[in-house]
Amino acid sequence: MIKLNPRIPEGPLAGKWTHYKATQKLVNPANKRKLDIIVVGTGLAGASAAASLGELGFNVKSFCYQDSPRRAHSIAAQGGINAAKNYPNDGDSVYRLFYDTIKGGDYRAREANVYRLAEVSGNIIDQCVAQGVPFAREYGGLLDNRSFGGAQVSRTFYARGQTGQQLLLGAYSAMMRQVHAGTVKLYPRTEMLDIVLVEGKARGIITRDLVSGKIDRHFGHAVVIATGGYGRAFFLSTNAMGSNGSASWQAYKRGAFFANPSYVQIHPTCIPVHGDYQSKLTLMSESLRNDGRIWVPKSKEDVEALRKGSIRPKDIPEENRDYYLERRYPAFGNLVPRDVASRAAKERCDAGFGIGSGLAVYLDFSEAIGRLGKHVIEERYGNLFQMYEKIVDENPYETPMMIYPAIHYCMGGTWVDYDLMTTIPGLFSIGECNFSDHGANRLGASALMQGLADGYFILPYTIQNYLAAEILTPRMPVTQPEFEEAETTIRERINRLLQIKGSQTVDQLHRKFGLLLWDSVGMARNRKGLESAIREFGKLHAEFWSDIRIPGGSDEMNPELEKAGRVADFIEMGDLMARDALQREESCGGHFREEFQTEEGEAKRNDDDFMFVAAWEKADEGKEPVLHKEPLIYENIKVQSRNYKI
Amino acid sequence: MDFTLKIWRQENARAKGRFETYKITDISADCSFLEMLDILNQQLINKFEKPVCFDHDCREGICGACSLYINGHPHGPDKAVTTCQLHMRKFKDGETIVVEPWRARPFPVIKDLVVDRSSFDRIIEAGGYISVNTGGVPDANSIPVPRNDAEISMDAAACIGCGACVAACKNASAMLFVAAKVSQFSMLPQGKVEARERVLSMVAKMDELGFGNCTNTGACEAECPKEISISHIARMNREYLTAKIT
Repeated sequence: MIKLNPRIPEGPLAGKWTHYKATQKLVNPANKRKLDIIVVGTGLAGASAAASLGELGFNVKSFCYQDSPRRAHSIAAQGGINAAKNYPNDGDSVYRLFYDTIKGGDYRAREANVYRLAEVSGNIIDQCVAQGVPFAREYGGLLDNRSFGGAQVSRTFYARGQTGQQLLLGAYSAMMRQVHAGTVKLYPRTEMLDIVLVEGKARGIITRDLVSGKIDRHFGHAVVIATGGYGRAFFLSTNAMGSNGSASWQAYKRGAFFANPSYVQIHPTCIPVHGDYQSKLTLMSESLRNDGRIWVPKSKEDVEALRKGSIRPKDIPEENRDYYLERRYPAFGNLVPRDVASRAAKERCDAGFGIGSGLAVYLDFSEAIGRLGKHVIEERYGNLFQMYEKIVDENPYETPMMIYPAIHYCMGGTWVDYDLMTTIPGLFSIGECNFSDHGANRLGASALMQGLADGYFILPYTIQNYLAAEILTPRMPVTQPEFEEAETTIRERINRLLQIKGSQTVDQLHRKFGLLLWDSVGMARNRKGLESAIREFGKLHAEFWSDIRIPGGSDEMNPELEKAGRVADFIEMGDLMARDALQREESCGGHFREEFQTEEGEAKRNDDDFMFVAAWEKADEGKEPVLHKEPLIYENIKVQSRNYKI
Repeated sequence: MDFTLKIWRQENARAKGRFETYKITDISADCSFLEMLDILNQQLINKFEKPVCFDHDCREGICGACSLYINGHPHGPDKAVTTCQLHMRKFKDGETIVVEPWRARPFPVIKDLVVDRSSFDRIIEAGGYISVNTGGVPDANSIPVPRNDAEISMDAAACIGCGACVAACKNASAMLFVAAKVSQFSMLPQGKVEARERVLSMVAKMDELGFGNCTNTGACEAECPKEISISHIARMNREYLTAKIT
């Protein structure tokens, strides 16, 4: 078994990054021009990386499946971005953001990576403001902050309920400036289908033009995947319809280790499922928990009456409401981290106190509206309230919102070292696509922070540490046998998919698989369910490859073909997710094993046996994947059981 | 709910398009417009027919990918929503619904209801940014911005680049889209440094790409899913005039 080397720099925690930058290898400007970098994905991580690498003088090729890079799903992030600026003077610091992130991740993230993230967080805000991102401001003209889950300080910067959009447009604009300068070449409506390795190093990708169906080969001295998470595996999620895990899955198949695949985040405040035709779930920002109070009725009689419609929520007097988060977690109340809030909602609904269909709880603003006035709530959350009303056809200013947890984010992802390089030399993974910073649970407003930290401030340094040794490598012709082989495999796979001509549509099979995944590898997992899921996924895999129906051909725009390739990968990923959840015999963060809980129903970690990153290596065809363990060492934080009660 | 759908079908950019009629039944009023199209597509695939192609991604009204011209309105009859946030409860049971792609020369049809909006990227590329490199920028709070200015800037920045303004305009003008970006930066001190070059080059690019001019009909503002105000066009015109004479 090979030993995973995270290559964390020596020295005290606070000095590691500074020391790294001072001693790392760099590429001089004349040589930068000779080096090509492929960046797949144009979300916060991909766009900021492409822009920054272009500014440095590298030749960047940027790929996205959307019609414009500006549409990547980072755009849908609502609430905000964390940074340890301490502008509100409420006691924040780099160390506290680091501490909160490690604790929020349930002590399953690497100290050095998280500290670096906290260190550069302030630079991100400076950068975005300089780019013209219109953050919310106070009357004095300075930046405003709000609070988010898992923190006792206000460190979240925001642009109304459209923070992700504004940050992405900032990164997109910076990248478009480089397109204008000629350092970045854009390939929109282009999907990466494979990674090409030459002599063990990542040297290019194979793509499909989603308009013409043309298969192309691209060379790069290094390849960066910034393709987000695999939450769409569950079919219903808050991810975009096109979001997929295929780039990181191809990386895995080519030998990159996949870390902690079972760590998925279930966001507590989403609009509940309402019909079997539904295509996706809509998130209501965590920022709403600043002013909204979560409750269900105390009595089942009230629950019944609500479901029948004979009473309305406001008819239930204060003393008959169970504000269960405030009851169970007095110190953090409605602002507990996402995993805790989601499980608490599930607990109440499983106990029969769910409202609506039975799978929903209230998020109530009446107290905040009474205290602050409707106009303040409108100013803070107006667009979210409007979105809720459009979807549900109820006015949340007058009646509480109904919410339920939904799949939202993947903490798991490609294994990377301190340089954000995967186990394949020359293949880097950034943003949600990698596993590095959030442990077993991500705190709100930290995804935007990590995406931009990786893209603006980390990768542009660390990639040079690798490329410095590549300056003598000439651009390779894509006629090389490795490119040939990869393209042939892709063509065969596409032809095989089109020839099945079975009886089930891609969506039908995806829905079936998604439900199974949600039931077995969702909010609560157990041995029996996981073992059975692994068998079922195997059957579904066979069903997919014998019974899928894809109309149309390969040399045209064919969304069914695109979806089929992604779903085929999701089904394989489901198997790895279940295996990972099965081996981790503890509960931590978003991973909750029913066998491992305290008497009060809280997650029970097992630090003695499971304080490691689970990095999976693909085995030969027909063999089971191999688990490698990267031990997590905490030298600067005292590992404690997570307590949000006192 | 039952509907008769008249949908524009076009094999590719070169092919001649036509309307096809489809009947669809038993649709829930809570279904979104795109979910209704999903159901139609599932039925078409089950009949071995090609599904209707349309752009969509986030399905929560923010990515700007969806782009249907429904019963003569970009994004359909509801106010201030994108097509993905439009729900079938906004239609009458039994209604005939006509669905077309955006129609504008700078947005050529690619297939069925999918159009090429890369001209918007070309406009941003021409100057829709503040020229700062990563790193070496001042502390965020060293640039105070009056709250009201920041709010106006944010109003403009809310543009999702969907192209409804162009589709709604009889001149296929992109003035609202361009003005939104120009306005966002012109309200901020950071954006003032390059204000002159920005407005000149973005407007020149817009003209070059074949978008029409503004004749103040206000259709763009009326149809914009993010309710971007045409006052931003007035601000851009002022910026443009100032840039031209200085």
